[in-house]
Amino acid sequence: MTDPVLRLEDIVKTFPGVRALDGVSFAVMPGEVHALMGENGAGKSTLMKVLGGIHQPTEGAIFVGNEQVVMAGPLEAKAKGIVFIHQELSLAEELSVAENIYLGELPRKRFGMVDWATLRERTNAILAKLNVGFDAATRVGDLSIANQQMVEIARALTVDAKAVIFDEPTASLTDAEKVVLFDVIADLKASGVGIIYISHRMEEIFKITDRISILRDGQYQGTVNTAETTEEAVTQMMIGRKLDLTRNASHHDLGDVALEVRGLSCGKLYEDVSFEIRRGEVVGFYGLVGAGRTEIAETLFGLRTPSAGTIRLAGQEVRIGSPTEAIARGISLVPEDRKGQGLVLGMNCRDNMTLPQVDDLTAGPFMAEGAEVAIFDQYRDRLDIRTPGWKQKVGNLSGGNQQKIVIGKWLSMHPEVLIVDEPTRGIDVGSKSEIHKLLRGLAAQGYAVMVISSEMPEVLHVSDRIVAMYSGRIMRTFTSDEVTEDSLIQAISGLGTSSEVA
Amino acid sequence: MATLDRRQIGSILAKQGILIAFALFMIVFTIANPKFISIDNVFSVVRSSAILGVMALGVTFVVISGNLDLSVGSMMSFSTIVVLDLHDKIGPLLAIPAMFAMTLCLGAFIGFLVGYLRLNSLIVTLGMLSAIHGLTLTYSGGQNMDIADKEGTWFSVFGQGSALGIPVPILIFVGLAALLGIALARTPFGRKVYAVGGNGTAATFSGIKRARTVFTCYLISAGCVATAGMMQASRSLGSQNTVGQGLELEVLAAVILGGASLLGGSGTIFKTVIGVLILGFIQNGLLLVGLQFYVQFVVTWVIIILAVWLDIAAKRGKLFSHIA
Ligand SMILES: Nc1ncnc2c1ncn2[C@@H]1O[C@H](COP(=O)(O)OP(=O)(O)OP(=O)(O)O)[C@@H](O)[C@H]1O
Ligand SMILES: [Mg+2]
Repeated sequence: MTDPVLRLEDIVKTFPGVRALDGVSFAVMPGEVHALMGENGAGKSTLMKVLGGIHQPTEGAIFVGNEQVVMAGPLEAKAKGIVFIHQELSLAEELSVAENIYLGELPRKRFGMVDWATLRERTNAILAKLNVGFDAATRVGDLSIANQQMVEIARALTVDAKAVIFDEPTASLTDAEKVVLFDVIADLKASGVGIIYISHRMEEIFKITDRISILRDGQYQGTVNTAETTEEAVTQMMIGRKLDLTRNASHHDLGDVALEVRGLSCGKLYEDVSFEIRRGEVVGFYGLVGAGRTEIAETLFGLRTPSAGTIRLAGQEVRIGSPTEAIARGISLVPEDRKGQGLVLGMNCRDNMTLPQVDDLTAGPFMAEGAEVAIFDQYRDRLDIRTPGWKQKVGNLSGGNQQKIVIGKWLSMHPEVLIVDEPTRGIDVGSKSEIHKLLRGLAAQGYAVMVISSEMPEVLHVSDRIVAMYSGRIMRTFTSDEVTEDSLIQAISGLGTSSEVA
Repeated sequence: MATLDRRQIGSILAKQGILIAFALFMIVFTIANPKFISIDNVFSVVRSSAILGVMALGVTFVVISGNLDLSVGSMMSFSTIVVLDLHDKIGPLLAIPAMFAMTLCLGAFIGFLVGYLRLNSLIVTLGMLSAIHGLTLTYSGGQNMDIADKEGTWFSVFGQGSALGIPVPILIFVGLAALLGIALARTPFGRKVYAVGGNGTAATFSGIKRARTVFTCYLISAGCVATAGMMQASRSLGSQNTVGQGLELEVLAAVILGGASLLGGSGTIFKTVIGVLILGFIQNGLLLVGLQFYVQFVVTWVIIILAVWLDIAAKRGKLFSHIA
């Protein structure tokens, strides 16, 4: 029996009002992929931050090899061979990919000048391994979220690691990028590195991990061998009950056309896009990153000006010049990037949730704070948001709970047309199926719902119709009866023929 | 056990770093000279801080919205000179609104550049600092401005009068602080200021008009500057062209001392008021212990740096950054 590369013993971590970790023990063997699972707010990221020196444990001990250590800070953790790929991206947007990857360790020439040639060379070598479509000189701010995630991963590969922590690395990756990531993980594993893998996606967990440890409400629930367990069993350990995964195929009648888009183009981002969404209908938009789905949503929300085409809301042609106008016309957008676009992290939960309606929630000249709290309470219960209270800063919430705040924020606007862009990114299995039910339920109430997602099961699960996009064009529109995984994959890789919408 | 105690102390420090530094400072100076906390002295400090304080209230809005305003010093000179000049020409009753209108125009111009054109606020207001100074010199022809009949004008009330035994400058400062404090903490507009400064993109995605919010912050700042100019003019009934010179940094120091982040999104009016008082008491205390006026500049700076350092250190739980 070999010794673990890394061991945590009886870790307790408290924040004001929260016992995030309550006596958790955990160990990683060399050459093992060890999954850490649990609901949103269970304490996964906190445990890893304790390990990575970002938080100091309130109680408990950390061992690297056989030696007990104190992780005073992230740099020390790194020096001990522990590499951390964070759930929330932490890149300098203004700098190039190369500078981000080697930040703090830029190769030097004489007089401390940066050796740009070496830097570029080394970076491109790593990028080649990751098979990405950008190079060392690209400005990070110009990259998509998925590609920024790849930069984070590239950064981890520069270190001689004993253990690598991946905190929800695939939350924003496409299937193709995932394949690359899994190859990278297999390489690391083969060279004896211990890997901790946090994800809410069962299929990945069962594909790549050897063992699974489960947390619930900050408490350790046990470790199981992946090969000897089932999704149901793991879910049960995570949430303490069985999950109802039946598709909510509520076949309600569709109403009038709520949103109609004809021949819409926006430069080269997307071209000649036509579709409509009826009241009571959920339309899924599926495609690769860069297919133009987010850009369409942004146009409908007044963030981009279309170069051609028309938008009709309830039959009336409209021009939507700004998000303010979009909101006034009853459009809500749950944006793709919760940290950058969805939330003011330094603001409390309640204020974030009511932000789009600050002008309406008033009593005389003042904010009607009671009404705000009522809205917050309603959506906290409905979405099962875990937080000690509305006063908590959103930045202190777990990733999944932050996402739920964004969803609550836009649901509370009672929109006519609800657009959700990757709505369940980072959300645990239990809440995910709740959100899917919620989207179906909203449709049943007569909302028109547009769901953009890179997760095929999600699209298949919630949509009445699925629009497949490839490189800025609609390739095909499927009804939920006729769609198959194969035909969908074909359509989004540009293999099918472009279908004209009559 | 020892670590637990340290942690508890740490978390108290983290919340109240500046207040504790302030208390320590007060104690030390009171021991050095007991006169320091006499009612008279406290009144005199608050009174002499009032002008700076009023300006700091407006700048708090600008800073929370994620911008800077370095033009308030020279804008205050402008207001002072203009209201003094117009006082003799059209009488105080018209001079005051006319001066307010002119100052607000300057604020609107800055607000337009920073808010709607999205120019960098540091560059814009630094430029305005000298531009407005030039404007003031042109307006006054380089002359000092004096009111002809200093005895017979009611205009002196804003700087020299008192009501119910309290000096009017203090009343203006406290009244304005209460008004703006409530506006910032309780109204939709205040909420928008925090959102825009905290994350401008997310604010836009929430339908908040970012440009308009920033614009309004600069208007508020200009309004406060105009009020400060009126108080200054009223106090001395005559003035140099450069009366507000350098105040922009003191104002900024007070706002930062109060704990507003230069990155935007945090700070409150109450904290700014504390910052203003700290600054006022520091300068007063140094005078009382008999330090030379010029030494004050250096010592003030050192104390500000110390206070800010303590504040940051308390927040991260240690004195030195681990990246150092
Ligand atoms: N800095 C902090 N201050 C206060 N509370 C915190 C802080 N960081 C985390 N928490 C709380 O600790 C708990 C655990 O959070 P953590 O981020 O570890 O969850 P998680 O398991 O990673 O969830 P997710 O799947 O949503 O990412 C949550 O209740 C969270 O609100
Ligand atoms: Mg997490």
